[in-house]
Amino acid sequence: MTATNAPVPEAPDAPGAAGSTAPPASAPARAGTQAARRSWLPWRNPWGHPWFLEGFTWLYLIWSLVPIAIAVLFSFNNGRSQSTWQGFSWRWYFTDPVNSVLHNPQLHAAVIQTVRLSVLTTLIAVPLGVAFAIGINRWRGPVPATFNFLMILSYVIPELIFGVSMFFVFTTLFSTVHLGTTAEVLGLVTWNVSWPAIVVQARLVTLGSHYEEAAADLGANQFQVIRRVLLPLLAPAIFASAVLVFSGVIDDFVIVDLLSSSAGNTPMSVVIYSTQHGGNGGPALNALGTIMLAMSLIIVVIGYVGYRVLTRGERGGGLAALTAISGEN
Amino acid sequence: MRNKKNAFYIALAVPGIIWLAVLFVVPVYAVLSIGMGKLNQMYEAPVAVWNPFSWSSSNVIDVWRDLFGSASFAGPVAARTLIYVAIAAVLSLAIGYPAAYFVARFAGRRKALFLVLLIAPFWISYMMRMLAWIDLLSTGGYVNKVLGWFGISPVNWLGGSSVAVVLGLVYGYIPYLILVLFAGLDRIDPALIEAGRDLGLGRFRTFVHVTLPLSRQAILAALLITVLPMLGDYYTNQMLSGAASTSMIGNLIQGQLGTPGLEGQGAVLSMILLLVLLVPMIYYVIATNREAAR
Repeated sequence: MTATNAPVPEAPDAPGAAGSTAPPASAPARAGTQAARRSWLPWRNPWGHPWFLEGFTWLYLIWSLVPIAIAVLFSFNNGRSQSTWQGFSWRWYFTDPVNSVLHNPQLHAAVIQTVRLSVLTTLIAVPLGVAFAIGINRWRGPVPATFNFLMILSYVIPELIFGVSMFFVFTTLFSTVHLGTTAEVLGLVTWNVSWPAIVVQARLVTLGSHYEEAAADLGANQFQVIRRVLLPLLAPAIFASAVLVFSGVIDDFVIVDLLSSSAGNTPMSVVIYSTQHGGNGGPALNALGTIMLAMSLIIVVIGYVGYRVLTRGERGGGLAALTAISGEN
Repeated sequence: MRNKKNAFYIALAVPGIIWLAVLFVVPVYAVLSIGMGKLNQMYEAPVAVWNPFSWSSSNVIDVWRDLFGSASFAGPVAARTLIYVAIAAVLSLAIGYPAAYFVARFAGRRKALFLVLLIAPFWISYMMRMLAWIDLLSTGGYVNKVLGWFGISPVNWLGGSSVAVVLGLVYGYIPYLILVLFAGLDRIDPALIEAGRDLGLGRFRTFVHVTLPLSRQAILAALLITVLPMLGDYYTNQMLSGAASTSMIGNLIQGQLGTPGLEGQGAVLSMILLLVLLVPMIYYVIATNREAAR
C-alpha cells in the first residue's frame, strides 16, 4: 500500500464496455480528468480516506448509542421526567421507599429471576452442547447428520415459533411442567444449546484430529485425550459460548414472556415490556434497564478478558476476541 | 478398538440428541397436532390429535377464511407485516452496509474501537433500547423538543404511527445485520480490491464490480438473520404504538395463545409462518455449512 500514491496509469477501456458507447470525441476530456483524479475532490482519489463514509458511520453510531445513553442518564434523574434533568440521585435504584428497584417487589424479583435463569441455563446448556459437539463431530452416519441439521435449524427458527411450540408442549403434553421457572429454563436451554454446539464444532473443525491422534499414539486413553488434550484446546470456544448463552438469556424476551406465569418468575425484559406497555412506565424502568445493561457489560468484559487469557499466543488478538464473544467466527 | 471409540463419542452426543428430540422435535410436532386437532367444546381448550390419519382441518379452514376470505381479518395484518418488514430490511441494509463497509475496509488501526461501538447495541437488551426511544419520542420528549425549535407542533409518535414502528424494527435488528455484514466484508481479500484499482477502476466501479459481488453471500445472510426474527416480532409495535392499526402477524399469534377457543388457530398460523420461512431457513443452514466447509 505504500507505493499507491504514484499516479494511477490510465487503463485502456475495455472494448466491450465503455468503448462502444463513448464517442471518440471524449478522448481530450479524459486527459483532463487524469489531473482531476488526483485533485482535492475526494471521490476522484481512489486511495484517499473516505471521509463521507466515516461521517456516515459516526452518524449511525450516534443514532444507535445516544438514545441509550440518555435513557441511562435519566435513570439517575431526581424526578419523574425523562427529558428535564432535575439533579442526580439513586432514587430509582434504592432510596425511593416504594418505586425503586430495591423496594418495588416486582422489579426486585425480576432482577433475581434474570440472574437465576442465566446461571441455570448456562450450567445446563454449555456441558450439553459441548458434549454434543464433540460426539457429533466424530460420529459419522445419518443419525448425527440429522440431529446436527436440527441443531442448526433450532438456531435459525424464528423465536416466536419456537416459543409457541414450547408454550403448547408445556400446556398440553408435558403439563406436569407448569409454566414458570422450570419451563423457562427448559425452553432457554433448548434455544441456547446451539451456541456451544455450533461454536465448539467450528473450533473442532479447525483443530483437526492430529492432536488427539498424537496423544493416543503416546498411550492416552479416551478420557485422557478429552481431558488433557481436547478440553484445553477447546477452552476458548467453550468459554465464548458460555458468555454468549449467559448474555443471551439476560436479553431474551419472547421465550420467557410466553413461558412465565406469575410475578415471581418474570424476568427483567418481560417486566420492562409489560409495565411500559401497561402505561406504567417511569424512571424505575430505566433503572431496571440500566441494571440489565450493567450485567451484560460485566459479562462482556469478563468474556473479553477471559478469552484473551485463554488464547494467549494465538493470532487475532483483540479483534478475534470481540468477534468470538459476539458469536461471529 | 474402533468400535469402542465410536461408542464413546455416541455416548457424548446422546444427551444432546435426546434433549433435542424431546424439547425441539416433539414441541414442533405438538404445534402441528394442535393446529390439526380438535376443540374441547366444554372447556374451549385445544385437543391435540397426534395421529396424522385422524387430523381435522377445521382450524385450517378457519385460518384460511381469516387470511383470504371476504371478511378477512388476518389478511391485511399479514400484508402489513410483509410491507413493514420489507421496508425495515431495505432501510437496515442501506444504513448498515456503508457502516460495516467502512469499518471492515477503512478503519485501519481504529478497527477495534469501531467494532466495539458497532456491536455495543448487540449487548444491550432489546427492551432497554425500545425504552430509550419511548423516552425520546414521548409527547414531551427530546424529539418533539427539537421539532419545537423549528416551530413544529408536537407529534404523537407513540399513538399508532407506522413510521415509529418501522424505525423501531430497523433500530432493533440492525446490529445483527451489521455484525454479519462486517464479518463477510472483513473476509474479502484486499488484494482483489487492489487488483481492481490497479486495472484502472475508480472507487465506485471497484465497489460495484469487485466488492459488491464478493459480499453477496454476506448480504443474503445478513438480511435473513434480520428478516426471520422481524416476521415473528410482536413486541416492537406493542412498545412503540400499541394500536391495532400497526399490529403484525406476531401479534395475532401471541394474542391467540391463552385465549380460549383460539389456540388451535394460533397453532395453524405459526405453522403457516414456519412453512413460509422453511425455505429461507434451510437455505441459510446450507449456505453457512458450505461456508464452514470451505
